[in-house]
Amino acid sequence: MINFENIKLKVNDKEITIGAVLESNGSVSNLKTGAWRSKRPVTNLEKCTGCGVCWSLCPEGCIVKRDNGKFETNLDYCKGCGICANECPTNAIEMLMEEK
Amino acid sequence: MAILGLPEEEYFSYGHRACAGCGAALAVRLITKAAGRNSIIVEPTGCIEVVSTPYPETAWKLPWVHGAFENAASIASGVTSALKHLGKEDVNVIVIAGDGATYDIGFGHLSGAFERGHNFTYICYDNEAYMNTGIQRSGATPYAASTTTTPSGKESIGKQEWKKDLVHILAAHGSRYVATASIGYQIDAYKKIKRAIETKGPTFVNLLATCPTGWRTDISKSIEIAKLAVDTGVFPLYEIVDGRHIVNRPKSIEELKPVEEYLRMQGRYRHLFRPERNEEAINFIQQRVKENLRSLLEHVEKGL
Repeated sequence: MINFENIKLKVNDKEITIGAVLESNGSVSNLKTGAWRSKRPVTNLEKCTGCGVCWSLCPEGCIVKRDNGKFETNLDYCKGCGICANECPTNAIEMLMEEK
Repeated sequence: MAILGLPEEEYFSYGHRACAGCGAALAVRLITKAAGRNSIIVEPTGCIEVVSTPYPETAWKLPWVHGAFENAASIASGVTSALKHLGKEDVNVIVIAGDGATYDIGFGHLSGAFERGHNFTYICYDNEAYMNTGIQRSGATPYAASTTTTPSGKESIGKQEWKKDLVHILAAHGSRYVATASIGYQIDAYKKIKRAIETKGPTFVNLLATCPTGWRTDISKSIEIAKLAVDTGVFPLYEIVDGRHIVNRPKSIEELKPVEEYLRMQGRYRHLFRPERNEEAINFIQQRVKENLRSLLEHVEKGL
């Protein structure tokens, strides 16, 4: 088998792979899109029942289940859309303004 | 492990460059969960292609092929044929395409692949216009929506044509499973995608995905709007299994919410309410939505 990821071509001083082949490794996570956010979700863990609705509707997939069965947002990647807060059946999530 | 019946594994990584509140990004999460690890994804040009692979990075954790704008169904045909030759027919081949690539540009290729009967699943994340290039109208854009190529104004209502009925067009190709789904009903969408993948031959799911940028809606309301699209009957959920209709939601004309609730939430329909209310256009949409649901329900009644 040829490993296309390892064959590099030089184009305009940049190294690229043949056919722009990449390893399917989810490397976009190198960029922390949390920097885009203007509002931050804050979960009230006492109200959270661990139903997982927020997790199932997050466009980023950056809500994680904790060991205690409750859900929390990975703020490194959350863009602050607020879908989770809008859809939470127990209103456990509040969107707060980010401050510098 | 599963949460709400959805597998916990993620095959579409965070860090992708989709807008905040993007319905299509959620659609892809659901599709890849239904597909599982043993899958090859084919992607034409579109929002998801652009936001998922800012070279040399990629959001995908599954084998993924990008072709041109029009030929995803043809690439999928080739991939299924190659897998057949290699004796690996247990691999799922799934096209994830936008409505521009599906309804317009790739339509010939799609029709060809369905007619030839390749064993693959085609899923259209339908955000109802060419969003990534700047909100141009497509065959999937609904009546009266304002886009940059169908702007609303004194002489224009926005798009003047009704949305193309692609689901029935593909059912007419003899597909054993075609369905509509909405990201607002995520579990239903997941189940339909799973069923489409498990059904032999070419299958299709039209998955409505809110676009806050193009629909000019609040980014936190993407799911609420996708639910309303269904509950008002603007985008009814139904399946056609072996040529027979099943209507999932709404189940009757009586339970329809007024279309106004759906239209009002979106900037692309703003001209229907301001500066003055366009009663004629709203009534027209309401009537046609009812007729459409009535026709679907009649199909079910007659066992068609």
